[in-house]
Amino acid sequence: MSLLSLMIWTPVAAGFAALLLQDLAVVRRWSLAVSLFVFALSLVAAAGFDPAGGYQWQYQASWIPAFGIHYHLGVDGLSLPLVVLTAFIGMLAVLTGWDAATRHTAQFFAAFLMLEGLLIGVFCAMDAALFYVFFEAMLIPMFLIIGVWGSDNRIYAAVKFFLYTFLGSVLMLVAFVYLALQSESFRITDWHALPLSSLEQTWLFLALLLGFAVKVPMWPVHTWLPDAHVEAPAAGSVVLAAVLLKIGGYGLLRFCLPVVPDASLALDGLVIGLSLVAVVYIGFTALAQTDMKKLIAYSSIAHMGFVTLGLFILYRLATETAMLSVSGAIVQMISHGLVSAALFVCVGVLYDRRHSRNIQDYGGVLETMPVFGALFVFFALANAGLPGTSGFVGEVMVILATFQAGWWLAAAAATAVVLGAAYSLWMVRRVVFGPAEHAEVQAFQDLSGREMLILGALAVPVLGVGLWPAPLLDLIEPSVAQLIDQAQAFKAGEGP
Amino acid sequence: MAFQVLALVIVGAVGAGAVGTGLGVRILTAKAATAITVTGVGLAFLASLVLAGAYVQNPEPQAFTLYHWGPGSFGMKVGFLVDSLSVVMVVVVTLISLLVHVYSIGYMRGDPGYVRFFAYLSLFTFAMLLLVMADNFLLLFIGWEGVGLVSYLLIGFWYTRARAPSAGLKAFLVNRVGDLAFLLGMGALLATAGSLDYAAVFAQSETLAQQPSPFSGLSALSLICLFLFVGAMGKSAQVPLHVWLPDSMEGPTPISAMIHAATMVTAGIFMVARLSPLFEGSEVALNLILLVGGVTALSMGLIGLVANDIKQVIAYSTLSQLGYMTLALGASAYAAGIFHLFTHAFFKALLFLAAGSVILAMHHGQDIRQMGGLGRRMPVTASTFAIGSLALVGMPGFAGFFSKESIIEALAHSDLLLAPPAYFLALAGVAVTGLYSLRLWWYVFQGAPRSPQAEQAQEQDSTLVVPLVLLAMLTLVVGFGVEAFLYGGLLGDALVVHAAHDTLARMAEGWTGIGGAILHGFATPAVWLLGLSLLGGYFLYAKGYADELAPNLTRLRSILLRKYGFDVFYENWVVRGARAVADACARTGDQRMIDGFVVNGTARAARRAAAALRLLQSGVLGHYALAMLLGLIAALGYLLLRG
Repeated sequence: MSLLSLMIWTPVAAGFAALLLQDLAVVRRWSLAVSLFVFALSLVAAAGFDPAGGYQWQYQASWIPAFGIHYHLGVDGLSLPLVVLTAFIGMLAVLTGWDAATRHTAQFFAAFLMLEGLLIGVFCAMDAALFYVFFEAMLIPMFLIIGVWGSDNRIYAAVKFFLYTFLGSVLMLVAFVYLALQSESFRITDWHALPLSSLEQTWLFLALLLGFAVKVPMWPVHTWLPDAHVEAPAAGSVVLAAVLLKIGGYGLLRFCLPVVPDASLALDGLVIGLSLVAVVYIGFTALAQTDMKKLIAYSSIAHMGFVTLGLFILYRLATETAMLSVSGAIVQMISHGLVSAALFVCVGVLYDRRHSRNIQDYGGVLETMPVFGALFVFFALANAGLPGTSGFVGEVMVILATFQAGWWLAAAAATAVVLGAAYSLWMVRRVVFGPAEHAEVQAFQDLSGREMLILGALAVPVLGVGLWPAPLLDLIEPSVAQLIDQAQAFKAGEGP
Repeated sequence: MAFQVLALVIVGAVGAGAVGTGLGVRILTAKAATAITVTGVGLAFLASLVLAGAYVQNPEPQAFTLYHWGPGSFGMKVGFLVDSLSVVMVVVVTLISLLVHVYSIGYMRGDPGYVRFFAYLSLFTFAMLLLVMADNFLLLFIGWEGVGLVSYLLIGFWYTRARAPSAGLKAFLVNRVGDLAFLLGMGALLATAGSLDYAAVFAQSETLAQQPSPFSGLSALSLICLFLFVGAMGKSAQVPLHVWLPDSMEGPTPISAMIHAATMVTAGIFMVARLSPLFEGSEVALNLILLVGGVTALSMGLIGLVANDIKQVIAYSTLSQLGYMTLALGASAYAAGIFHLFTHAFFKALLFLAAGSVILAMHHGQDIRQMGGLGRRMPVTASTFAIGSLALVGMPGFAGFFSKESIIEALAHSDLLLAPPAYFLALAGVAVTGLYSLRLWWYVFQGAPRSPQAEQAQEQDSTLVVPLVLLAMLTLVVGFGVEAFLYGGLLGDALVVHAAHDTLARMAEGWTGIGGAILHGFATPAVWLLGLSLLGGYFLYAKGYADELAPNLTRLRSILLRKYGFDVFYENWVVRGARAVADACARTGDQRMIDGFVVNGTARAARRAAAALRLLQSGVLGHYALAMLLGLIAALGYLLLRG
């Protein structure tokens, strides 16, 4: 069995096994051990990865030969960082949910384990049908996590989440089937060379865009996210923000840009426009939130705006600058995965103590929880894109590169520098600083060892990537270069 | 090689002190934290002296890269530049930082946040060192944001107070507006010059001046310079981005001395001087700089006349002096700007630390109307404060005289369009400086004590007094560096000035040495104005005519007390406007339009459609039979018609 298969199916199988376990103490230790093992495997995959070597750790078997569907796995520089991120977050999600479930505990941890395996599958699939299977299957555990272990309005949020994503993915499936009929293969790389008329490309592009835009999420198909986050348990929010949203950006990178390049080029203005709306409009929307989880959810949408902007601006840039923007978009995905996960853990920590997500129920938390306060401020600053944290790297790369395409595009994107600081630090101002006026806040206990472990583990890569992003960039750049070569060749009219 | 080692020692020692203390904030004792941070900064200061010595021996600018930060092709690296400008800045920063560290031992004694305070202080120094030693825009920006961060943390240092955290947030956000412009400037550089490395960019300054920008009539270089200068306006608190600096006085006094007078706020000045090869190519930018600097120098000094908080008065004086530094940059007298930065760092740190000594003696009272007569009770503080004030007003022979006089003279020599008005603004500012300085001095140190605290005030212990005396001595001597800075080519290898703008070269022709400059000083309009203003100030404040005059000037006073309405404007229009937009986006946009109308509307429509369709499933056999019959007829009809 190949390494990637092992990383996908171990947690899924272990999830089924967890259903048989009854004792909470056993089931959570089992889950932690499995997720640790998967994370270790992801590190093995990364250690044995040669950035210049294209797809690696490949495994291929015929699955449904009648339709040309293969069980084909592999990772390149675009997917490997996301696989490692998923395994890392999967482990922390188990720790975050350690005491969270009061009922159906075995099912709770089983759902997280299966979700982790399926998410890794999404990033490793080289066959579109396989991708689709993982993409849809992963909805089920997430739907359950929100719908079963969520808070009061969980059913509305779970159904909204499911319908939104499902609507998008149906169109995506139509596009996949059309492409497969044209090429007689479901292998994604086979689709790169497919000659398609510009009308075909436009329709395919729109179908794919809608499917992935819901996931990112892009304005205006974003309103499921704040509801889903608010209702999901903290551990669910962590996975949702850190990994699920990345599938949207990854899908655009994997399918839209290389498979329908003419349409991507022709309609890049649409995506750029929507991205800037996400940055500016959603940035303002975040400012108005009084619920911490909603605020971070909106901040996620604004940050993901940089991902879509960085990807689609590439046609308007010179090769070198395009490298900067696309690499920046990928770094932004990784960074957002770490920072937003940490912020949701922070809100979870507060929620466990006060059972409220309202900003006004807090204030002066630093007095009773100095360690937590310091970490919360740190992650809020990372969210505001402070240099030295990973939040800065992606944002600055995308903003700087965008200038070449138009100063006003860069100016609109750069408003995030002020807006991001405003909503992040204003929240911190009201929650952490000031006098502790509420009696409940005065009785707070500082972080437990488990909570400190989670936040500490997230702080390390946030700082690491912020201080020295070059190793991560070296990992992704060869794959990005290949993507850009293709894209720019199309732009010059040299495409197949 | 030696330069590299020394540079790394300087940065590393301070960084290690900051990180070590920061990580150990929960376990370190006050003594341990002091030992770690003071050792780090002390070592850095010694190393910077050695570096300065080595550089004098071998004045060859050297750039070296520690590691590549991002993509190699754009000069995004952690790389340092050792040249005359960075050496001067490093010496000033580490020296002031060391003195402030020592002073803080006494000032912060017993504060529950003592260890945290020292960690911040060292972290700040570290960021400032990165800023001044960077050899590329990216690292400059990293240090730039780093000092902004620590300033935010230190203004809000007493976080349980209601106002301190808000003042910190305000400072951070106003700075970020400037940073936004700075980022766009870097974006413009990347798009046109293809690099963020100083050397690579400077080499292209001529071509950039020829390139068009998206704005007609503006060269690419001008656009870059304008963006970058707006960034400098945020950090160096120039009108209209100055509003954060007076509020920053919420932080502990040593911070006001170090960050909000001697170091952070000078970052913008340093940056423009560092980028002189670019700014020289843009007269548009230079004229704007003159305008902004002149307005800041005069208007902020005037507010100092009505402020009653001892730290506020000094803060407005800082704003005004930053205006002078900016004026120097606009007149292409970069060396004079850096020299004023240099002297100001000493005398303003001295004034703030002396003010801190007064504040401690007053049991944290800061209202100058409650003081009076402290001169007799606190002779060391009073005499050092006097030295600082004389330097500030520019009394001939004192530090500020040499630096400020050179700036005013450079303005007189400048041929730029806006140089004449800037010259008059600068002259008027001199008179105002004299007035508010005399007022402050008189209210605090002369006359009779006006409160019980003032009657009991006492000199503080040696950790506070020693830095004061040292700074006073330094203040007395630094002014004599004028010849080296301005005419001796001390900064020659770092600054580029076009012959058409070279005001300092024109001034050099009339330079007759220090003694001659002092003598000549008594004949300049600035010094005459200063004398008149001091005389006027004596009557106004010592003789009490100010109180008689005040009722006749209520309009002017209320304008000044409202600080020209900037704060009210920002509060009522910018902040409220942003919140109104935010509310509109959240409530109208997201809740009502997208969710209320589209999403839930679709759900409602689906439910209604379902309800309508459900009527078809009536359960009555006859209906189904009818439907089947109609369907059959339709199908047959279709086939028949087609056939």
